[in-house]
Amino acid sequence: MNLTRLWAVSRKEAIQLRRDPRSLAMAFLLPVALLIFFGYAISYDVKNIEMAVLDESGSERSRALIEAFESSGYFNVIEYPASYGELDPLLDRGRVRLVLVIPPTFETDLQTVRGAAVQILLDGADANTATIAQNYATAILARYSANVVSQGRSLVLPAEAETRVWFNETLESRNMIVPGLVAVIMSIIAAMLTALTIAREWERGTMEQLSATPVQRLEVVLGKLLPYVAIGLFDVAVAIVAGLLVFDVPLRGNILLLTVLTLLFLLGALSFGMFISAAVKSQVLATQVALQTTYLPAILLSGFIFSISTMPLALRAITYAVPARYYVTVTKGIFLKGVGPGVLWVEAVAMVIFAAVGLTLAIRSFKKELA
Amino acid sequence: MISGLRLRQLLKKELRQIFRDPRMKRIVFIAPMVQLIAFGYAVNTDIKHTKTFVIDHDRSAASRELLEVVEATGYFRIVGSSQRPADLVRALDYGEAEVGIEIPTEFGRELAAGRGTRVQVILDGTNSNTATVAQGYLTQIVRQFGLRRVAEAGGFSASGIDPRPRAWYNPELASRVYNVPGVIGMLILLMSLLLTSMSVVREREMGTLDQLAVSPLSAAELILGKTVPATLIAFVDLFLVTAIAILWFGIPMRGSFVVMLPAALIFIISALAVGLLISTISRTQQEAFMSMFLFLLPAIILSGFFYPISSMPQVFQWITVLNPLRHFLEIVRAVFLKGAGFAELRVQFVALTVMAVGFMTLAVVRFKRTLAT
Repeated sequence: MNLTRLWAVSRKEAIQLRRDPRSLAMAFLLPVALLIFFGYAISYDVKNIEMAVLDESGSERSRALIEAFESSGYFNVIEYPASYGELDPLLDRGRVRLVLVIPPTFETDLQTVRGAAVQILLDGADANTATIAQNYATAILARYSANVVSQGRSLVLPAEAETRVWFNETLESRNMIVPGLVAVIMSIIAAMLTALTIAREWERGTMEQLSATPVQRLEVVLGKLLPYVAIGLFDVAVAIVAGLLVFDVPLRGNILLLTVLTLLFLLGALSFGMFISAAVKSQVLATQVALQTTYLPAILLSGFIFSISTMPLALRAITYAVPARYYVTVTKGIFLKGVGPGVLWVEAVAMVIFAAVGLTLAIRSFKKELA
Repeated sequence: MISGLRLRQLLKKELRQIFRDPRMKRIVFIAPMVQLIAFGYAVNTDIKHTKTFVIDHDRSAASRELLEVVEATGYFRIVGSSQRPADLVRALDYGEAEVGIEIPTEFGRELAAGRGTRVQVILDGTNSNTATVAQGYLTQIVRQFGLRRVAEAGGFSASGIDPRPRAWYNPELASRVYNVPGVIGMLILLMSLLLTSMSVVREREMGTLDQLAVSPLSAAELILGKTVPATLIAFVDLFLVTAIAILWFGIPMRGSFVVMLPAALIFIISALAVGLLISTISRTQQEAFMSMFLFLLPAIILSGFFYPISSMPQVFQWITVLNPLRHFLEIVRAVFLKGAGFAELRVQFVALTVMAVGFMTLAVVRFKRTLAT
C-alpha cells in the first residue's frame, strides 16, 4: 500500500463530492437536522389522553373522581356521553382512548364493605398506549379510593412498591430516544454515503480509467472510505453536541471511548455500503439493496424501539448481524449508564469483526473487476 | 393527448426496464414478504417475561410467595437472585436484567403485623417504555399482594374502588395486532418510493430522457408510463404482505377489503407521486437516493407507527397531517381492528386524496419543466 496513492484516491473522491454540493450539504446537515427534529417530535410520554366519562351516578363523589382524573395531567375529559349507546361511536372513531363508566350506585357502594366497581373501557387497538393509560387510571382510582376509605385518617397500605428508575430518573423518553436516535440515524447515513460510490463509477464508465491506473484495490477502497469516515465523524460530533446542548441528555460515560467505538462502527457500516455498491454495480439496484438491508433493520431490529429480548430466538439471532444493534447499545450505555470498556467490550469486539468483514468484502468484490 | 397505442408501448418499455435485471424480481416481490415476517416478530412492545433480578433479604414464606405472584403474572421472569445489592447493579449495567426487586429483611413480619412495608423496585430507564409499564404492573402487584395477605389474615377489608378494565378491539392488548398493519403501510411506502424515485433521474443521467423528450410522447403519457407499472407492482406487494399478516400472524381482518383497496390505491398513488417528485427535482441518482432517505425517516417516525401522534407537540401534530403514511396507517388499523367503514374514515380518505392529487400535480409540473430544459 502506498500512502501517496491512497491520498490521491481520497482527494479525487473529495473533489467529486464537492462537485455535488446538494448531496454534500445533505451529508453534513441531514443527521443533526433529523436529530433535532425528532428529538422534539417524539416521545413515549403518554400525556393528555383523551377520555370520556359516563357518569350515571352524578353525585358529589363521582364528580370528585372525575376531577381527580382531570387534575392528574394524564387525562383530558372531552366527552360526557349520556348513555351506553353513545360510547360505541366515540371509541370507533378514535375520538377517545378511554371511557370511565361510573355506575348509578357509586356513592352508596363506596360506603359498603364490597366497594364500588367502576368500569374502564380502553381502545385496545394501540396496545401500548392502552396499557399505559390503564396503569395511570388504576393508579388514580387507587389514590382516590385510599382517601375515601381512610376518610381523612391515615391509612397504611400493607405493602407498597417504592420504585426508583436508574439511568433515566425522570423516565424522560427523550433521554432514551436521543442516544438511540444518533445510532439509528448514523447507520442509515453511513449506508447512504457509500452505497452508490462504486456503482456510480461503473455507470459513468470512470471505472475503466481507475483500473488503468497503478492504484491497488486496498488503496481504492480505503481512499474512497476516508472522506466519508471524516463526514461521519463530523456528523456524530455535531449530533452529540446537539443532544447535550439542545436536549440536555446526560453524557455519563467517556467521550473518548464513544469516539473510538463510533470510528469502528463507521468503518464497518461504510465499508458494507461500499461492498453493496461494488457487488451490484448499478445505482438503482444498490439503492434497493441498501435501503432494504440497512434502513428498516436499523430502526426495527436494533433495539432502538423494540426490545430485542422479547423477540423470538430466530429473530434475535438475526439481530446479531445488524451493526446498528451494537451501536445503539454503545450510545445508550455511554450516554445514560456511563459504562466503560468493562461492559462494552462485547460490542467493541463485534464491531471490529464487522469492520473487518465489511472491508474484506468490499475489497474482494472489487478485486474481480480490476483484475 | 393520450394515445392508447403509445401508452401500451411505453408501459412495455418501462416494465422491461424495471425487470431487466433478474435480481429486481426478487427484491421487489420476495423482499417485502421476508421483511414482513421478520419485522412482524420484531414489532412487539408487550411487557412479557421482562428479565428481573431479585435480592431477597427476607427469605421468608411471604417474600417467596410475593416473587411467585410476580412471576405468575407472566410479565416478569426472574433471571437471577443474590444477597448482595452489588450484583443487582452489575446485572442492570450489563443489561442482564431490566428490573430489580429488593425485598427488605423483616418483610414477612412487618406485613403480618400490618405495619406497612416497602419493596424496593429498580428499573432500567434506558428503555422508558418498558420501565413505565413495568413500574405500573409492579406497583399494582405489590399493593394487591399486601391487601390480600391482610384480608386473608382476617384484617380490615378496605375495598374502596374496584376498577374493571376492558379493552375493546384487542382484549389481550397484544401490540403485534396493532403494529403489523403498521409494517404493511411502511413496506408499501418503501416500495413505492424505491420504484419511482430513481426512475426519471436515471434516464436523465443516462441521457435517455432527451430521447423521450423528442419522441411524440406527451408528458402525461410519460408520467403514466412511470406510475402505472409501479402501481401494479405495489398492489401485488400489498396483496402478498396482507396475506401474510392475516394467514401467518393471524391478525384479525374485521373490516372489508372494499374499504381497504381504494385506500391502498390512493395511498400508493400519493407515495409514487412523492417518488416522482424527488426524481424530477434531483439532478443525480445520488441526490435522489439521499432525498428519499430524507423523506422516508420523518414519514415513518411521524406516522404514528411507534410514537402516538397525540403525545407530539402541537406543531408536529400539524406536520403529520401532510404525511400520507399517517392517514393510511389510520385507515389500515381501523379497517383491520375496528372493522371501520367509509363513514368513520372519511377524514382520512379526503386527506389522502388531496395529497395524492396535490403531489401528483406537483410531480407533473416539475416533470414538464425537466423535459423542457
